Amino acid sequence: MPKRVAIIGSGQTDHTSRRADVNIPELIKEAVDRALVDAELTIDDIDAVVIGNMEHFEGINLSDMWASEGSGAVMKPAMKIATGGTTGASVAACAYYHCASGLFDRVLAIGWEKLSESDTTTGIITAFDPIVERLTLAGAVGGLAIEANLYMTSYGITQEQVAKAAVMARKNAQRNPHAHLKLDLTVEQVLNSPMIAYPIHYLDMCPTSDGACAVIFASEDVARKSANPPAWVKAAVCRHNHPYIGDVDWRKSTLESAAIEAYRLAGITHPRRELDVIELYDPASFALLSWIESLHICGPGEGGKMIDTGAITMEGDIPVNPSGGVISTNPIGATALIRVAEAALQIQGKAGARQVEGVRTALATGFGGSYWSEVFILGRAS
Amino acid sequence: MSEEIIVRRTALRIPYSWAAGAHATRFYREIADRRRIMGTRCPRCERVLVPARKSCSRCFQDTTEWVEVGPAGVVTSFTIVHYSEPRIQPMEPPFAVALIRLDGADTALIHLLGEVEPSEVRTGMRVEPVFADEPKGRILDIRYFKPVSVD
Ligand SMILES: [Zn+2]
Repeated sequence: MPKRVAIIGSGQTDHTSRRADVNIPELIKEAVDRALVDAELTIDDIDAVVIGNMEHFEGINLSDMWASEGSGAVMKPAMKIATGGTTGASVAACAYYHCASGLFDRVLAIGWEKLSESDTTTGIITAFDPIVERLTLAGAVGGLAIEANLYMTSYGITQEQVAKAAVMARKNAQRNPHAHLKLDLTVEQVLNSPMIAYPIHYLDMCPTSDGACAVIFASEDVARKSANPPAWVKAAVCRHNHPYIGDVDWRKSTLESAAIEAYRLAGITHPRRELDVIELYDPASFALLSWIESLHICGPGEGGKMIDTGAITMEGDIPVNPSGGVISTNPIGATALIRVAEAALQIQGKAGARQVEGVRTALATGFGGSYWSEVFILGRAS
Repeated sequence: MSEEIIVRRTALRIPYSWAAGAHATRFYREIADRRRIMGTRCPRCERVLVPARKSCSRCFQDTTEWVEVGPAGVVTSFTIVHYSEPRIQPMEPPFAVALIRLDGADTALIHLLGEVEPSEVRTGMRVEPVFADEPKGRILDIRYFKPVSVD
């Protein structure tokens, strides 16, 4: 039986396009220091460290080794996790497994990326099978655009509806001091921004950011004595997919499969009623509409209605991405961990100006690779 | 602390040699030598997987039978790429990348579309391959797929 585990603290850098004032370990240390301060702990209280970033991006392997100056891993058990876009969520899951096993009491999960120093395109292309897909499916935008087109064509979702979601996310980001893009946009500006890969416009897409995030997981007894209100992990579920984009069964999404299992573990039967806030990994704005369908927040094809009625805005019944989400902030290896950290802040009532009132249950997701998914459900009650 | 930050610029050039394996080798040789597109069938789910491969990722079973598919098929979704990344892109933008379900196949092939205006590309469009004159044993031995001409 897994032990009960909670998040007892978190820290983020103020994410931006370029942090030349710090090197990578120094950037990581900023997030770690903030998490330790938040949890009223010192690095000596940490039993193990799990760290992750994108393979190839900064051209540096064994980042777990030379980042230890910033991660605090010296003379502690430490491991690196890399699962593409899901890396941050996998790091969180791994820290959760450490504590749930009963072997560790306080585990530090770290995700980071310094995209200003990396060649993102080269990094992403190495994720595609060199024989089968690398020559024809280039970069990250193409695959997402194919999915976006399939979704919008299948259900008659309009570009305006998708643009509205992009506007909402950047508006939410204005309340988040850590967010990278805090843009005041109109639907027209999104629609008039350059088309990157049809139907995805420039302003529909996530940015590239420099940033780090650190989250402290604790076993039940330690969490109950924590300085912060614990955000209890009710479910952490991962689903991987077939290797090639042509193999992906679009009717059976990994996100939906992970969500169904997470709801079962958390005892949730009516997701829209029982969840109070969602932090969704939205690499492009269409995901804010399509992927909440996968989470059973609404029926198939109803994502457009969810933005038209304002249901997913800060004023709606199920706010999605009060933080501004991935299309506002994207230090990739940290991105999915930021979703988990933001969900925890909502549970703890510590989300500041982006706080949703009375959050008892929050859901966070990660997305990566060939459309694989992680789903976390956090709760105020253990 | 107002000094300009030192930035070290560098590039890695790392040579690799990736073996395609026997199944992919036959798949690419069939295209190069006989202009045939082949899939392999999974004995459990009976799906025909394209490109041909040694095992089915859904069933974790080795495939047992080679099946010729297409060469024509249908576009199940697509994008028009407008951004430019000359180091890795196979064509000058704007160009169309499509998921193409070849006749007789149960998975889609990701490939390029040609001989069609990007604005004319539609989901559901029937397409057929245009083969390279000098094949090199790679997926671009199919240069692209073009709309099936209606006689
Ligand atoms: Zn099978």
